[in-house]
Parts: sequence; C-alpha cells; structure tokens
Amino acid sequence: MDLSFTPEEEAFRAEVRSFLAEKLPADIAEKVKTGKELTKADHERWQAALEERHWYATTWPKEAGGPGWTPVERHIFDEEAAMAHAPRIVSFGVHMLGPVLLKFGTEAQKAHYLPKILSQEHWWCQGYSEPGAGSDLASLKTRAVKDGDTYVINGQKTWTTLGQHADHIFCLVRTDPAAKPQAGISFLLVDMATPGIEVRPIKLIEGGHEVNEVFFTDVRVPADNLVGEENRGWTVAKYLLTHERTGIAGVGFSNEALARLKRLARETKRGGKRLIDNPLFAARMAEIEIDLEAMKVTNLRLLYEAQKNGAPGPETSMMKIKGTVIRQALNDLARRALGPAAAPFPSEDIEGNAALVAPEHAGAAAAYFNNRKISIYGGSNEIQRNILAKQVLGL
Amino acid sequence: MDFEIADDRRMLADTLSRWLAEEYPFALRTAAAYEAPFHRPDKWADLAELGALMALAPESRGGFGGTGFDVTTVFEEIGRALCPEPVLPQLMAVRLLMASGVDVVGDELAGALDGTVRYAVALGELGAPYALDDIETRYAAGTVSGRKSVVYGAPGADRILVAARGDDGRLALAEVDGAAAEIAAYGMIDGGPAGEVFLDAAPARLVLADAAGALQDALDWGALALCAEAVGAMDHAFKVLIDYLKSRNQFGRAIGDFQALQHRAVDLSIEIEQARSITILAASRMGTPAQSRTSSMAKNLIGRAAKMTAEETIQMHGGIAMTWEYPISHYAKRLIMLDAQLGDTDFHLERVMRLAGPGDLAA
Repeated sequence: MDLSFTPEEEAFRAEVRSFLAEKLPADIAEKVKTGKELTKADHERWQAALEERHWYATTWPKEAGGPGWTPVERHIFDEEAAMAHAPRIVSFGVHMLGPVLLKFGTEAQKAHYLPKILSQEHWWCQGYSEPGAGSDLASLKTRAVKDGDTYVINGQKTWTTLGQHADHIFCLVRTDPAAKPQAGISFLLVDMATPGIEVRPIKLIEGGHEVNEVFFTDVRVPADNLVGEENRGWTVAKYLLTHERTGIAGVGFSNEALARLKRLARETKRGGKRLIDNPLFAARMAEIEIDLEAMKVTNLRLLYEAQKNGAPGPETSMMKIKGTVIRQALNDLARRALGPAAAPFPSEDIEGNAALVAPEHAGAAAAYFNNRKISIYGGSNEIQRNILAKQVLGL
Repeated sequence: MDFEIADDRRMLADTLSRWLAEEYPFALRTAAAYEAPFHRPDKWADLAELGALMALAPESRGGFGGTGFDVTTVFEEIGRALCPEPVLPQLMAVRLLMASGVDVVGDELAGALDGTVRYAVALGELGAPYALDDIETRYAAGTVSGRKSVVYGAPGADRILVAARGDDGRLALAEVDGAAAEIAAYGMIDGGPAGEVFLDAAPARLVLADAAGALQDALDWGALALCAEAVGAMDHAFKVLIDYLKSRNQFGRAIGDFQALQHRAVDLSIEIEQARSITILAASRMGTPAQSRTSSMAKNLIGRAAKMTAEETIQMHGGIAMTWEYPISHYAKRLIMLDAQLGDTDFHLERVMRLAGPGDLAA
C-alpha cells in the first residue's frame, strides 16, 4: 500500500503546473472562474495551445499523435487543469470520434479526419440522443436509407452539445428497422453544410445556450462516411462510451469547487462572524470534504486497476454517481452560502459597483442549476446503477 | 502508487481468517459473545499466539508490524468474523506503553504483545464519553478515584490503564491492577465484555504525568482500528446480502431482479467502497501530522456507512434479518454500536472542523 505518486509523477505534475501558468490565457481562465460562457474562439485558442505541446489528444496512442500518458498522468493533468480554471476540452472530436476512428475507421477516414481533429479545422458534435431515445438509446428512430453510394437521413437528434459551433456531426442512425433495436444501427459521419440540416438552440434552465436540436430532412451523405460495418454501429457506440468513462469522477472540478467554497465561507460575514465559523455550515462543508477525500482514494484505486488491466472496468460507474453527487452538493452549499446574493440573474447590471459578491461567486446559482445535468448526461446515475447491479454485483 | 497488500500482511490476514473460521465459527462466537465472560479467554491466548497482537507494534518495540496497515489488517479480519476478543483495548494499551518509554515498561510491553498480560484502557466517563478534556477522575499520591464507564474488556483484565487528572490539572495516565478495581461486569448489546470501573483511592502506578498527547495518539489508533473492523464487518454483511438477493424468491423471481433493491444495493456498495478508501487513507497517514484529522474523517464516514449498512441489510433482507439466529442481526448491532466507541460521527465531524486541513492553514 502506497498512496503517494512516484517522483516521476510529481515531476509531471510540476510540468503541468508550469505549462498552465505559462500557456493558459488569463482571460479564458477568468471566464471559467466566473462562470461566463466561452466563445468558440476561446475553446480553439486553448486547445491549440495544448496541441502545440501534443497534450490535446490525450486519449490517443503516442504513434497517432497523443502524449502517451498513463491513466494516472491523465488524472494529474485533469486535476491541475481544473484547479487552474482551464476550460474543459470539447471532447466530441478529440476524445470520442478520434479513438473510434483509430479503432474502426478506414485508412481513408483516418487520413482525412484525424489531422483535421488535431488542427481543429473540424469541430465535431454528437448525434446520439433523440426526443424518444434518451436512456434507451437503442430505440433511436433517425433513419438512413441506402440509395446508390449515398445514405439519405431523415429524423431528429437532440441535446447536441455545442452543436452551434460544429461543422460536423457523428450520428447513430437506423439502417435496418426490421432487426432487433441494437442490431439495426449504423455510425455515420455527416458534414453539417449538407443541405437539409437545421440546428435549433435549446435554452437551458439557467438561461445558457449549450445544447441544440438537429433536424435532418433528406440529408444525403456519401456511403464512404460509414464507420465500421453497416448495422454494427452499436459496437462502435459502446466503444466510445468506455472512453467517456475516464475522468468521469471529476475530482479536479470538486477540488476546485471545494477550495472556492472555502474562500466564500471565509469571506462571507453573518452577524459579524465568518460563515466558516458557523458550526452548522462548517459541518455541512466538512462532511462533503470527507466524502470527497474518500472518493479521491476510490478514484486512485480504480486508476491503479485501470493502469494494471489496461482499461477502466465497470466499477468506474461508481465514480460517475459519487462524483456527480459530491459536485452537486458543493454547488448547493455555495448557492446557499450566498443567500439572497445568489438570486440576481447574472448580467452586466450587477457587475462593478453594483456587484454583490466577488466575481468568482456571482455564477453560483447558475452553476447549481446547470450542474443538475451532470447526474443525467453520460448515462444517468440510474443507468449507472443498472450497470453496477448487473456487471459488478451480478444481480 | 500501489494498492496491493504486502505479502506478509496478506499472510497474516489469511492466517487470522482461517483460524477465525475454524476456531471461532459463528455459533461459537454467538455463544461466547453474549454469555459471561463475554469472550473466550482460551481463544484470546490462541489469537495472541497467531501474532495478532505482535502486529500492533514495530520491531524496535518487540513486535513485527506497527504501521497503520498492520493494524487495519488485524482488525478487518476481527470485524469480518465479528470476533468479540478485546483486541482494541490491547492496541490502545500498546500505544500508551510505547509512549511511556520502553525503559520504564519494557517487560510490560512484551507482556502486552504476547497476550499474557491483558489490558483495559479506561478513558470514558458517564459525563465524558468521548472528550478527554471532560475527564473528572483524579490521580493523587499514588491513587486514583472516580468512575469509568463502559470500559471495554475491563472484566478480567490484568491491568487497567486509567486516564485521570493530576493535582496540576494535567491529564495523567495511571495503571491499576485489575484485581484492585471494583468492576461491575456486563456484556454488550452487540456482544463482548465491558464494565463500570469504580475506583476509590485505588492504588495506582503513574505511567505518564502528562498523558494528553499519548492518549490522543491511542484514540487515533483506536479509531483507525474500529474503522477497519467496520470495513470487515460491512464487507461480510454485504456479501451475505447479495447472496440473499440472488437466492430469495418472491413473486416468482429472485428479489435481486427488482430494480428498487438493485439500486439500493448499488448505493450501499458505493458507501462501503468509500469506507474502505477513507480507512486506507487514514492508515497511510498514521504517524504523520495529518494523523488526527484523517482518523477523525475516517471515523465520521465509517459511522455513516456502517449505519447505512446495518439498516439497509436488515431492510433488504426483510424479517429474517430481525432474528437472533440469522447472522445479519449481529453484524447490524456491531455496525451500529461501534459508532459509540471512541467518538461518534458528530464528535469526529466537529474534530475535523476544528483541525485545519491542508489548504486551510493560510486561513
């Protein structure tokens, strides 16, 4: 038993820190810290800085352009990046489609798409969920009908994150309606400039524009854009989901949220006393801190297993549940710590002289509402419980 | 980073687990734990012979362990088998004797480690169940006076280490001969021996004049041991639960097919893994400046997880787990009652709040 990182891992952490200090643009970090919406250019600027160091495609093998990090090194990077208020990597191209193409893509697909993912010439989004196919993804209805050397797509995708910035979308489509649900699905790459595609924004609970609906009307896509075999798209989709699992605990985000909450509790006065000295509040905060400390060790135990076995196991679903519950609890405490100061809708009206709290806390209520999503997306926590019950407990 | 259990500890765990299964099977355990003297003195000697006590001290003090992970190895097996032998007070006595200096008590430490001298550690009082600051028992001129309450392992102990306030107001540690103390012995609701210790100018030998630091250290190690004991007990209770969910049929199918129970079992499994993790963390920090805060973090989380395990394993089993005959009832009692030993969830939460964390020092 040894919970410490190796000297090499500690040296790597120092390297990541100095990289972040030097290369993470201050204006972007400030936006992340204060909960402001990032522009497409903000994302691209940060991701280009990472790619310049070959630290962008962290899920790719070294020979394909990845940094060749171990699971522990990826974890260290995620922790440090979150603490420094780096934007989340927009994962659809680099972390989802990239590994899928490396595994299932044709040589032509790899040659065409992979360099454009790295250079960010292409911005990908994900066409999985549909209005009638959420947790039950295999019931998706968007149809693709083969017509000569093209597929013709009709249907609708939804919850398409940052689809407003995207020029390409990878889609799960039904190519055989007669087969069993999972057996009739294919994985298609679609250029969003193709006629017949319409993107409509969905405004979220806190007022932000993060997700979209994407409508397909007689959209013609070259048959060469099929990834893997026709009707075998479910295999591709499942492979992609195993990649979605890594880093799912969000340890870095919780560390950052706890540090921020402690700052807030020290700065906030109630009746002349600091909120951090209020035993009720301090007890709530300490309990979450204890849960987070335990989760960090659970996460390290799973990373250790992943490093030993080459891939994360289904136990990772535990981290999705515990990690999201802890983050949501931290968001909840921050919102409650602010009291009525959390109530104003974030806008320029309450900046400067009119500010009620330090800018880093101004988005606390919005963050609380927005992060209700994290126990829903990426396989809801109930779906994760189904996975654990079957694959880990054997029920 | 390495989460493998070292070979010698794995061997110790295997030895203990085999011995407990063969020599302390559940029927014997239940008979021993609830009838005077509420444990088996002959089994105590065997347990010591297997090295369960030697593992509690480092080689430099005559043992062969002494790290946090040695202690958790022993107590996890004790918890798994629900063994009522009073190993916890022996661990705390070993820590206290070590703090008192080997020159003074070299032989005593040897006796503690080979089990020939059995110790009780008398800290809590009726008005001071957890906090050392509130102790009222007095030490003066070679005698101690006061009442110590719910002292685990007190009946039949050869020696009792007593925390008492000296004339100077400092907390001292005094040793009383077991035969010289008046003890009202009783068994615990979850099994095992304890008693009220009445000391009326009982002859005592001063072990430490200023014992506050040593007592806190012993409490930290005791808390770690209880955490490991709980992890062992939770682990076993959860296995029993999963087997039951797979084999018990209602409505024509295994009850484990029902999602309501599946999700509850999953939530419980996550908390048990969290409990295991925080115990590993606490074990790794024994002997470091973070020892007190981390052992309190662990005791707090364990208290919550153990309560959840006790209540959920009973509820998901249904009526069978309410019976004396079915093991879960006894695991549940132990898991609930160990919260009341050496500081409960609230006591330790308050302590976590009071002791600064890493990052809080600049506050």
